[in-house]
Amino acid sequence: MSESAASSYQMIVGLEVHVQLATQSKLFCGCATKFGAPPNTQVCPVCLGQPGALPVMNKEAVRLAIQTGLALNCEIASFTKWDRKNYFYPDLPKGYQISQFDEPICGPGYLDFDDPESPGEQLRVRLIRAHLEEDAGKSMHDEEAGKADSRIDLNRTGTPLLEIVSEPDLRSAAAARAYLTELRLLLTYLGVSDCNMQEGSLRADANVNLHIEKGGEIVATPIVEVKNLNSFRAVERALDYEGQRQWDDWQRTGQTIKDAPKRTFGWDDARGVTVLQREKEDSADYRYFPDPDLVPLRISSEQLANVRDSLGESPRAIRERLQTAHDLKPYDAEVIVGQGKGVVEYFDQVVASGGSAKRASSWVHQEVLRVLNDGNLEIKDVPVSPKQLAELISAIDAGDLDTSKGKEVFQFWLENPGKSVEDAKEALGIKSVDKGELESLCRELLAENEKVVNQFKDGNTKALGALIGAAKKKNPNADPRMVRDLCQQIIENEI
Amino acid sequence: MSLSRDDVAGVAKLAKLQFSSEEIDQLTDQLGRIVSFVDQLNQVDTEGVDTMAHPLDVESVVREDQLADSLDRADALKNAPNQDGEFFLVPPVMAK
Amino acid sequence: MNILELSATEIASKIAAREISSREVTAFFLERIDTLDSKVVAFTSRNTLALQQAEEADRKIQAGELSGPLAGVPVAIKDVLCTAEMPTTCGSQMLKDFTAPYSATAVRKILDAGMVVLGKTNMDEFAMGGSTETSVFGATHNPWDLNRTAGGSSGGSAAALAAGMAPIAIGSDTGGSVRQPAAFCGVCGLKPTYGRVSRFGLVAFASSLDQVGCFAHHSSDLAATLQVIAGFDNRDSTSVNAEVSDYSASLGDSLLALKVGIIREHLESEALDPEVRAAVAKAQDCLKGLGAEIIEVELPHTNYSVPAYYVVAPCEASGNLSRYEGVHYGFRQLGGPEDPPLEGMIAASRSEGFGAEVKRRIMLGTFALSEGYSDAYYKKALRVRRLIAQDYQEAFEKVDVLLGPTTPTAPYELGEKVGDPVQMYLGDLFTVGANLAGLPGLSVPAGMNAAGLPLAVQLQGPAMGEAKLLRVAHQLQRAGLFVPQVASVA
Ligand SMILES: [Mg+2]
Ligand SMILES: [Zn+2]
Repeated sequence: MSESAASSYQMIVGLEVHVQLATQSKLFCGCATKFGAPPNTQVCPVCLGQPGALPVMNKEAVRLAIQTGLALNCEIASFTKWDRKNYFYPDLPKGYQISQFDEPICGPGYLDFDDPESPGEQLRVRLIRAHLEEDAGKSMHDEEAGKADSRIDLNRTGTPLLEIVSEPDLRSAAAARAYLTELRLLLTYLGVSDCNMQEGSLRADANVNLHIEKGGEIVATPIVEVKNLNSFRAVERALDYEGQRQWDDWQRTGQTIKDAPKRTFGWDDARGVTVLQREKEDSADYRYFPDPDLVPLRISSEQLANVRDSLGESPRAIRERLQTAHDLKPYDAEVIVGQGKGVVEYFDQVVASGGSAKRASSWVHQEVLRVLNDGNLEIKDVPVSPKQLAELISAIDAGDLDTSKGKEVFQFWLENPGKSVEDAKEALGIKSVDKGELESLCRELLAENEKVVNQFKDGNTKALGALIGAAKKKNPNADPRMVRDLCQQIIENEI
Repeated sequence: MSLSRDDVAGVAKLAKLQFSSEEIDQLTDQLGRIVSFVDQLNQVDTEGVDTMAHPLDVESVVREDQLADSLDRADALKNAPNQDGEFFLVPPVMAK
Repeated sequence: MNILELSATEIASKIAAREISSREVTAFFLERIDTLDSKVVAFTSRNTLALQQAEEADRKIQAGELSGPLAGVPVAIKDVLCTAEMPTTCGSQMLKDFTAPYSATAVRKILDAGMVVLGKTNMDEFAMGGSTETSVFGATHNPWDLNRTAGGSSGGSAAALAAGMAPIAIGSDTGGSVRQPAAFCGVCGLKPTYGRVSRFGLVAFASSLDQVGCFAHHSSDLAATLQVIAGFDNRDSTSVNAEVSDYSASLGDSLLALKVGIIREHLESEALDPEVRAAVAKAQDCLKGLGAEIIEVELPHTNYSVPAYYVVAPCEASGNLSRYEGVHYGFRQLGGPEDPPLEGMIAASRSEGFGAEVKRRIMLGTFALSEGYSDAYYKKALRVRRLIAQDYQEAFEKVDVLLGPTTPTAPYELGEKVGDPVQMYLGDLFTVGANLAGLPGLSVPAGMNAAGLPLAVQLQGPAMGEAKLLRVAHQLQRAGLFVPQVASVA
């Protein structure tokens, strides 16, 4: 986005996010929801919309929706119902989508997240609602559209979705991306969805327009819905592009929200542009009405309480805990939380097994994450257990290992799981030097380096550093930090 | 209320139905008569009366999240006007 | 023995006693279909496996693997219930070549009971109509007078019985589609409480009104048939999870002190033909004679039931029939060269695949749900619907069953009302109330009019009150209100 543009308009964004809920079976039938099955093999009379077939709602989908609603601070409806949204499309076999119109399962809520533009600051997106609905199938169109028939795969038809609709509270592409990132993190912590954007488990549509200051008053550009945002990067790029496009458009046409209806654009990721799909005029009148094949749903307070108990700690709560209880820096806490529940649990176990939080944090950041990324492993696959890492950290704190030796041990453990610190030192020929030995070593050093001693006495505490190298020569296992401390003591006692 | 030809044409578009202009005339007349017949409903005072979408007051009928058998693909596709053994085939969405 | 003089349960017991085989009975009815159906047009397709299935039933019965009050008895099924082995056309071009990949729950229960399906019966297209004239297979003719309608939409099922082409038939009733053809054809027809019989596999017309029903000459056979098809189904969210009572057990219980309500608005309706009014009076006297107490009751919103029905039903239908778009099954017609290929195909398929009345109702429902009209029409009708249900509720606080006419008139001539939808719709005046309120209704023959055409009366009951209705019908029959008879088709 050009500087001039950036300074001259305010982007207004609201997001509609479709999340695939992690159920075994579809929303209204027993077909599997697994991704990647051969086309039209996960279908039955119900999800094919065969004449006479009837839907029966999936209990688990309802539970997951409630769980998500609670985590998003939503009011959960005590009474909710199903409605038909009528429109024709080949991947919608009934000619209507079973959705929720005027009584969604989750009412108003909100989500807080870090402001990407000013670290440490929080932003809040208010949520209008979150409702359950069935997914449509997949249409595969000919590359050169219009040449060949389109192919329809209905495996995805009837998969449970939760549509989370936000207020237009976002003010930049970066903020939109940050909100989505936090939302996905929360959903994966809840385990309500795998949020795999490549597989379509998390899909975002954005409603965008600009507020432009002109002659002391604010003019709004026509609202555009941008569809087909299937990566975080796409969201950010598409919104930046669309903001600029609307700005240019406004400068050219001067059209405001009063002059033009809402339009739908698609994001073309390859070309990096948004493309007009349809004008709102010829968009459908959905003729919602209660689905007579399904009965209303009543949610009891005990049902609600049960779900509430199963919520667990939110990423936001964990960040705070790591900063307050273990006083990690916000950045360090963020990195750990950002790695997901597993890494947080790993970190907690290291600390619980006696590793100091600060060291635990840096070991997780450097060594553990390196292992995860190099071998792209799951945390559960890391050969070094939290307990082992805790021992290693304690050994280092106790001084019988320096950090570089510690890393050797860690590396050794990767190839030899389940060994103890002692085993590792043994195998690596690391001997910890006992205090007496080290003291005489230091006295030798001081005797041999009167110049350094005098510099120190003159107040140059750094001078001792010069001795480390020599010490290492005398005994490679000597811990530099202990050498320094000991020498200092000896000199001070002499004074 | 009375229905205009345009009303009828608009509804036909929504319903994905095509009619000749004679048919539209006929429907405008017939639907018009039916609509004015059902307009009798306005004589009934329904102040404070709830809508009744279901004849029974059954609630919260749910199933466990368990897998059931899907159809064989051949059965799923067997009634399709056009299919290739894997997919339902439809004419392209946009012409070229 | 003359099979036509036997009730279905009598046929079953003779099969069980090996006095006759299911195969012989089945062959007998198949032969009548062969000789008569070209005139009546009650069937859309025959079950080519019927005789094998009858033999299988005989084998199982003799091996003691199969028993039951209807084991081995043939049955005709309305072509609106899905059958895995036979086409399911709904009388429409749209589904002319459609064979469902599964069978309806009601059909499964019928097969499990060892009944033998003779074929699928004719109907108004997608069950929308009262005369079985809109079927793509042509109109069904009333066996009592081939120039007249058999009623509808389950006209084929009722006519099959009246002509002695089947001893039992299954139908569906959304606004009177079992009771009205039963009345026109001089047979018994039962529309159970909404949710008593599973709708799974019943091709939907109006989901909150549709209910599977049955036809028989003898009300005792209705009881036995309902016993077979009734019950909770976990594949139908709107099916009622309640015990199925023994409908045959109480048929003989006395009617002493039974409170029978006479519906004032029905009898005072100027649409009511005097001969039908007389039939109701005859039934009323008959019940009095059986010790029942006659009480006049009111259903004040009666005149709004047809308008309410003709909003609610088309609205639901407009959604239910959206699935017919030439994509996944059913009729496909490509659009013109100027149309966008997909949109054109969908519109052309629907316009060619549906008949005039179906399109009319889709249009009506689409209009009544469209932006700006949904509150004035759809929601308004649903409020009136509640008032109508409340009328019934109040009535059943005073009485056990309601007695009234099933239809305003005796069967009219084919073609008589085709041009005039509203006149056609008014024929449902006495039947739609039970559908809107979800209550059971039973049409019982009550003799013939001067022209020798069947007359009938309707019994209506509270929710799950089927046993009561069957009992009253059975006693009316025993007291001689009607003697089951088969029309001689000429
Ligand atoms: Mg949606
Ligand atoms: Zn399915």
